[in-house]
Formats: sequence, structure tokens, C-alpha cells
Amino acid sequence: MLIKLKGGTVYDPAHGIDGQVRDLYVQDGRIVEPPPGARVDREYDLSGKIVMAGAIDMHTHIGGGKVNIARVMLPEDHRADPQYHTELLRSGCGHAAPSTWTTGYRYAEMGFTTAFEPAVLPINARQAHMEMGDIPILDKGGYAMLGSDDFLLRMLRDGADQKAVNDYVAWTLHATQCIGIKVVNPGGISAFKFNQRALDLDERHEYYGVTPRQVLKTLATAVHELGVPHPLHVHGCNLGVPGNVETTLKTISGIEGLPIHLTHIQFHSYGTEGDFKFSSGAARIAEAVNANPNVTVDVGQILFGQTVTASGDTMKQHANASHAHPKKWVCMDIECDAGCGVVPFKYRDQNFVNALQWAIGLEIFLLVDDPWRVFLTTDHPNGAPFTSYPHLIRLLMDRTFRNEQLSRLHPEAQKMTTLASIEREYSLYEIAIMTRAGAARLVGLQDRGHLGPGAAADITVYTPDDDVERMFAKPAYVFKDGELVVKDGEIVHVTWGTTHTVKPDYDSAIEKPLADYFDRYLTMKLDNFIIRDEEIAEDGRGSITVHPCGGRG
Amino acid sequence: MAKLIAPGLWRQVPSPFCGIGVDDLTVRVGDDGAVTVEERGDPVTRAGFEQPLGDKTPRIDGRPVSLEAAVGRAAELLRAASLPLVAGLAADVNGVRAALSLADRLGAVVDAADSEALLRNLLVLQDSGWMTCTLAEVKNRADLIVMVGGGLERGFPRFFERHVWVDGMFVRADERRVIHLGQAPSAAGRPSPGKAPEVLACDDAHLPQVLAVLRALVKGEAVAAEAVGGIPVARLAELAESLKAARYGVLVWAAASWNWPHAELAVQTLCELIKEVNRTTRCSGLPLGGKNGSQTAVQVCGWQSGYPLRIRFSRGIPEYDPYLNATERLLGEGEVDALVWLAAFDGGQTPPPAEIPTIVVGRCGMTFSRPPAVFIPVGCPGIDHPGHAYRTDNVVALRLYQLRSVGLPSGAEVIRAIERRL
Ligand SMILES: [Zn+2]
Ligand SMILES: [Zn+2]
Repeated sequence: MLIKLKGGTVYDPAHGIDGQVRDLYVQDGRIVEPPPGARVDREYDLSGKIVMAGAIDMHTHIGGGKVNIARVMLPEDHRADPQYHTELLRSGCGHAAPSTWTTGYRYAEMGFTTAFEPAVLPINARQAHMEMGDIPILDKGGYAMLGSDDFLLRMLRDGADQKAVNDYVAWTLHATQCIGIKVVNPGGISAFKFNQRALDLDERHEYYGVTPRQVLKTLATAVHELGVPHPLHVHGCNLGVPGNVETTLKTISGIEGLPIHLTHIQFHSYGTEGDFKFSSGAARIAEAVNANPNVTVDVGQILFGQTVTASGDTMKQHANASHAHPKKWVCMDIECDAGCGVVPFKYRDQNFVNALQWAIGLEIFLLVDDPWRVFLTTDHPNGAPFTSYPHLIRLLMDRTFRNEQLSRLHPEAQKMTTLASIEREYSLYEIAIMTRAGAARLVGLQDRGHLGPGAAADITVYTPDDDVERMFAKPAYVFKDGELVVKDGEIVHVTWGTTHTVKPDYDSAIEKPLADYFDRYLTMKLDNFIIRDEEIAEDGRGSITVHPCGGRG
Repeated sequence: MAKLIAPGLWRQVPSPFCGIGVDDLTVRVGDDGAVTVEERGDPVTRAGFEQPLGDKTPRIDGRPVSLEAAVGRAAELLRAASLPLVAGLAADVNGVRAALSLADRLGAVVDAADSEALLRNLLVLQDSGWMTCTLAEVKNRADLIVMVGGGLERGFPRFFERHVWVDGMFVRADERRVIHLGQAPSAAGRPSPGKAPEVLACDDAHLPQVLAVLRALVKGEAVAAEAVGGIPVARLAELAESLKAARYGVLVWAAASWNWPHAELAVQTLCELIKEVNRTTRCSGLPLGGKNGSQTAVQVCGWQSGYPLRIRFSRGIPEYDPYLNATERLLGEGEVDALVWLAAFDGGQTPPPAEIPTIVVGRCGMTFSRPPAVFIPVGCPGIDHPGHAYRTDNVVALRLYQLRSVGLPSGAEVIRAIERRL
């Protein structure tokens, strides 16, 4: 079947196409060159419409143990946002901790076709994949969390060579079926198990004697040398702590040019100035990002309202648990692997700190020059549910709207931000970079995030609107792998996406010490830990896509 | 992966039955399909694996029929029902997935066989939360373990061998202190040679008060009483101090044994006490449960609907009510008019007596005092087909493997077939 998408205004930054009228052809789920003389089976007249690749969320907590704790914990949040059962759709719940079905539907309804779960605990990876296996339409993938696991910390303590660490990292990617490596509060989740309540970049883990700087350096090197496309994904030290801008700047300089991705950087960009001893470090962070091409960031924008924070960072989640709203929270120490903390939270526009957090996030978006290196996230659901992306895009694209929103916030917060004076408005082309082309490149998806021949036909078509929030909330059409799945913002067909992974080469000799370690300390056999392809693919819906790594070791 | 090391002989077999996910069993499958746990079995895993195969023939009102006929009859009964109940939910992940799909389609109510026990913990999670850990953290880190209430050693026979009387990464076995609060340990839980069990004994009935006093003592509040539930307050004060002095204390309980009204309040006291200890040192709870994969239903219901169990789909959306949607109440008050009972792990887990058409999708070998309208024998996950099931700490899902081929369908296959025939 040959589909022609005729006459849309195309934004395809991967090919430098900035709002040009083009025809696109789709065959067998792929974008193709117009086959000479071939008969078009189905034509969509897209004149006057805006055409982009399907959007990619490169950091969103959509599957895995802590997300499920958040769901089970928050019946009162679900009740306000039910998803009805229809002939086509399964029932479920939305908002802060949506059910898997609803997650897929609502992302697709906004024109997103791919999403990555950024905090896959290796021991919980099986669950993450099973949950993501129940998310329809979207392609998905995960970043495996290392850095507070005792195996790595023991290696670092014992001075293991980088090569052995690389093998362990590669083995983890295989065993967990992930596409990247994330580190959360490097060493800090483990340190909390030893009752350390803070761990700055150069502070020693009291049992292992290892510092977060060492963990970061070693893991960033491993990821780089293995040729994993996605740089080490870093949730840094001191999340949410006033003054953490200094730590973040030191993290950037300390990585010495290695590629790193600093996630939800908004939560790591706080100074200590002013009457409330809480201020914006956004300008300094943006300056550092602009000056260091090895660094990419996603923002983790906060937006006002009820949500839930779910993080591997038990140390910081425990410290913040007293702010829980409603008043309940969970912290878990997990299997010599990591941990998790789930704390419901309500961001308030009349709260000075929350209001300034909102402004800090936007300052970062607007002060980082290169849209290829800053990504649109709310760290769903930590800053806000992903369904607020259209609103966030409007804040970036519409200065009048932005300043009007700003004028409603806590007055002291307004005085502490330069936001009102920032003139920049994102263009559609820049939005397409940060949510498509840039995100695909960052994660290492060569056939997604663009509209060139050979790309997967994940395509979103919008109807232009002066209110871009409305435009981005309800696309006219969404195609997933060439199939029409959304029309006028509603699901018309349910498909199943693939799971993106990488499988870098490694020396399997690492399995010997690992098997001994599993037998001696863990509660499962190494061989029962490994997730094999059939676990994801055996139901006939799921599949695994392996992306190439260019080893640099 | 379970490894076939000789014809019919499997090593590294994971158990969905025991709640603690042992995966070191050696299991023999005879030519007749009989299963024997040859190495490292215990009363719980043996009882799970070694159930006789039984008759594989589906039945309608006790009469043998083809699978197709049984599926057709089940669909017919469900089509005629105005509010069916899909209960039991004792199955692997795919089994629960299929049951939820059926329930969503039918607008049914969903409940799990072990809901009463599960809710004693879940209600606490939903009201105030907790700090917990997983089995490997106990094994490697716990220098003080408090076994709270009874039912632990008998219910989880290998818990001590695997996680307590073994050297961990950060604590040696002989450095661990184990205190029993409530009941003295039965034989299986006796400490390793050379140590007498430390016991602060009280009846179950007094446990809520004992925990409340312990919590007050941990918080540093003055307690006027001299004794509570027969335990001198001075000894509880010592326990409070021990928790604060430990590097990593773990309080273990098995909610299934806390059979008194509103036991969730005692669980809550315990969990708040643990939070309190964490002001100065580290401490975690470990809820023991999850036998016959019972956490699996909570997990899958959680991610597919947002709610853990007792969900009503009749208005087209999932609606959670831990009291109104209880199997016993729905059957007792005649609110439901058909019952689907899914129990793939244990042939002994028969449906509750009901005067409405009952469709049992149960482990092959299940027997009934009165035959249900439809009985479809299915394979057991982890013996007859691969699958996934959770262990007690929720984090770890076990991959289960197929050990024999005797021609039994899985629970998921049967339920999906019923849904297709609606
Ligand atoms: Zn994070
Ligand atoms: Zn995150």
C-alpha cells in the first residue's frame, strides 16, 4: 500500500527542511522516495497543515516499579481523570500516574510516537518491560540505572580497570534490554543505605570510599568507549538542594569533555541568593551548556498542580518526604541495586520556591542557544504530567502568553527571575528539533525523528492555530509505522510499537565474577536475571530493535 | 533459565509458590508428567510443584466435554450475565492480563483470592506509605531483624536459610540479632546453632497495642504503663533502643496471619514506627506474602487500571472500592450473577460457594464438592508453560519456565478464547 501525504508544510530539521511544502510517500511502514509510476492507494491532502516526524519523549517515567507504586498509591488522583472503555480502547486512568493503556493513548493523541523510561533498575527491568509491553502504539525503551549498585561500587573500590567496567556496563545493557545507562545521585542511593544523608560530588561514600565524581567519570567513559550512542544519562548529586548549581557546574567541568546528558537540570540549577536563600542558577547553567558541546540537557520543567514525584534518588526523596501532598510517601531500598522514592506533590504558583522553579526551567530553555542540546521534558510525572507538553510548548513559543503567566506568580519569585526580559520565542523548527530530530539523534535512533526516505513512517500532522497549545494538543493525523492511529486528536487504530535497545560487544568473561556475586549475595541466579528476547517478543505484539554501537574502546 | 541437565531433570528452577522466589530448586519430571522437587524443596514448594496432574478434560456441569464446548458454554453464561465477577486472579502476568481484558470487556468486577491479606498492606500504602526493602537488602545489610507476629517460619520455610543465617556483604550471619515480637519461633525459624531465640511474647490480640507502645517509645514519648500485652514496657524500651542503635534494622511481618479486624491499623503503626527510626539510622519493613504469585494480580491490575484489586468496570471505567467490591460481599448480597474463578497455581484454591453460574479456570487436578457450571483445567505457570510472577517484595518478577508438555492450555489462553467467543 502506497500512501501519499500531499502538500503539507514540512518541518524536518534532520534534513534542514524548515517549513517547506513537500509531498511524502509511505510504503510498508517506511517513508520512501516517490516510486516512479506507482499507483497511490491512499492520498491525504495536507495543504495548509504542518507536518513533523512523530515526537519522541526521551525522559518520562512510564513503566517500572516506582511508577506502579505511584499508581497504586494514588486512587484519589485517578478518580478525576478516568479513561472510558470503548470498542477500540481499554479503560484506565490518566493524569499523574496513568495506567499503561492510557499512557499510550494520550501520548499518541498528542503526536508522540516514542517514549523512553529513564530509570530502569536492572533487577526491576523485567517489570519495566512488561509494563511498557502494555503501552500501546508507542515505541519504547529504557535506560538501565547503575552507579549505586554494589557490584560497580565494589569494582571501583577495588580499582578494577576501565575495561572490566565496560564489560559490566555492556553486559547490563544486554541483560536488561536497555538502550542507555543512567546514573542517579551517583553512589548516593547506596550511601543512603549506609545512613549518609548527603553526598556531594567529591564527598566519599562512607563504606566504599568512592566519590560521585569517580562514578560519573567511570560510567561516562564506559558508555563512550562502548560506543553506546546515548551519552551517560545523569541525574546529578544534590537534587533540589539550594546552591546545587555549584555542584552541577563542577559536574560539567569535571567530566572533562566526555559526552554526558544532564537530566531534569532545572532541579539542579538553584542558587542561594535573596531573602529566601533560593535563587535561579539558570543563566550560569545555560552558559556552561553553551560552552561545552559534550553536554546535553533536558529541563524537567515544573508546571502547577498536583502530581507525584517518583525517583530512584531515595536519599533526596526521603529528605523531601515531609513536603508530601497528600501526606503519604514510599521509600524503598532495592536488592543491592538501587532504590526508589515516591512522594506525591502539589506545585503551587503562590509558593515562592515553586514559582521560581517554574521560571528557572523556562530560563534554561530560553538561554541554552542550541535546540539540538536541550530537550523538552517535565520529567513526567516529577515536574508535571506529560499531558502538559502542549502548554509548555506554548510557554516557549509565545512570549506574551509566557509573561502573562509569569505575572500571576508569587510576587517575590517574579523579582528573582529575568524571564520577563527574555525575548526569545521558539520556532516550530526549533520545537521539531528538540522533540524529534534532536531527541532521536541523542538516543541513537537513526530511523526515527525525521522524514527522510528509509525513516519509520512515524508522522504527526497538525492544523495550524494561533494558540499553539491547542495545535499541539490535537493533531489532525498521527501515523505510526505508516498506519493512521490518530485522527483529530482521537485514537482511531491501536498498534504496538517496538522496544529499542543496544547490544554492544563485550568480553563474556565478566559473567564469571558476576555469577559468583549473584550466588553469594543476591537472591536470584544470574541466569534467571537475564531478560531474553522472547520475554518481550513472545506475545506476538512486542519486538526488539537493536541499534548499532560504534565501539571506541 | 531453568536448565535441563538430564532427561526430565531441571536445575535452577524458580518457584512461584513460596513468595520469596527461590530459584535454586532441582525438579524431576517423570514420564507420566509427575513432578518432584529433588533438591532444596520445602513444604511450600513441594506442595506447589508436586500436585498430581489430574484429569485434563474440561467439564460442563461435571460432564466431560471438549475445550471448545467448555469455552463456548463459558462465553454463553457470561453473555447472559448482567454483572459478572472475575475473581481469584491467581495466575501469572499473562493470566491476569487476560482476566482484566475480559473484565473490561464485560464490565465486570475484579477481585483477587488473597485480597483480605493484601489489603492489610495496601490500605497502609494508600493512606500513609512506608519504607521497605527487598530480600537481598535483608540478606546483605540487616544487623537487627524483628519478626513481628506469627506465621513467618511456617509460611516461609526458607526465609531464614536464604536471608538470615547466611553471611551478607555488610554483615556476618553471627552478627545478626533476631528478635521475635509476638510469637516464639516454630522449629523452622530456630536460630542457627549457638543462639537462643530472643522472644517478646504476646497474643496476636495484643499486637496492635504492643506496636503502638513501641512506636511511642521510638518517638521518645513517655509511657505510663508498666507492661502491655504481658510484655514489660522496659523490654520494649530496650527494643526501641536496639532499633535506633542498629545500622540497618528490618521489621518483618506476614499480613496474611494478622487475622483480626482492621489489622491494617497495626501495619500502619509498624510502618510509621519504621519511618520514625529513620530519623537517625536506617530501618526498613519487609512485608512477607506473595505466595502462589499473589502479588502478580496487584501489580498487573495496578499498571493496567491504576488500582490494585477490587475494581469495578461496569460503568466503563475502572472504579476501586476495597470494601464494596469484595468477593464475599458481592456473592453474599447477590449483586453479581456469574463468577469466573481463575486459580492456576493451586488446585486447592477452589472458588467460594456461590449460587450463580461459576466458570472455573483452574489448575488441572482441582476437585470440587459440587461441580461448577464450567471447569477448564489449565497448566500451572512455571511447570506447564512459561510466564512471569512476582515475589513478595514486588520488585522482582520471576521468569517462569516450562518443565513439561502434557497438552494443557494456559489460563491466559483459555480466558482469551472465552473473550473471543463473547
Ligand atoms: Zn531523575
Ligand atoms: Zn526522571
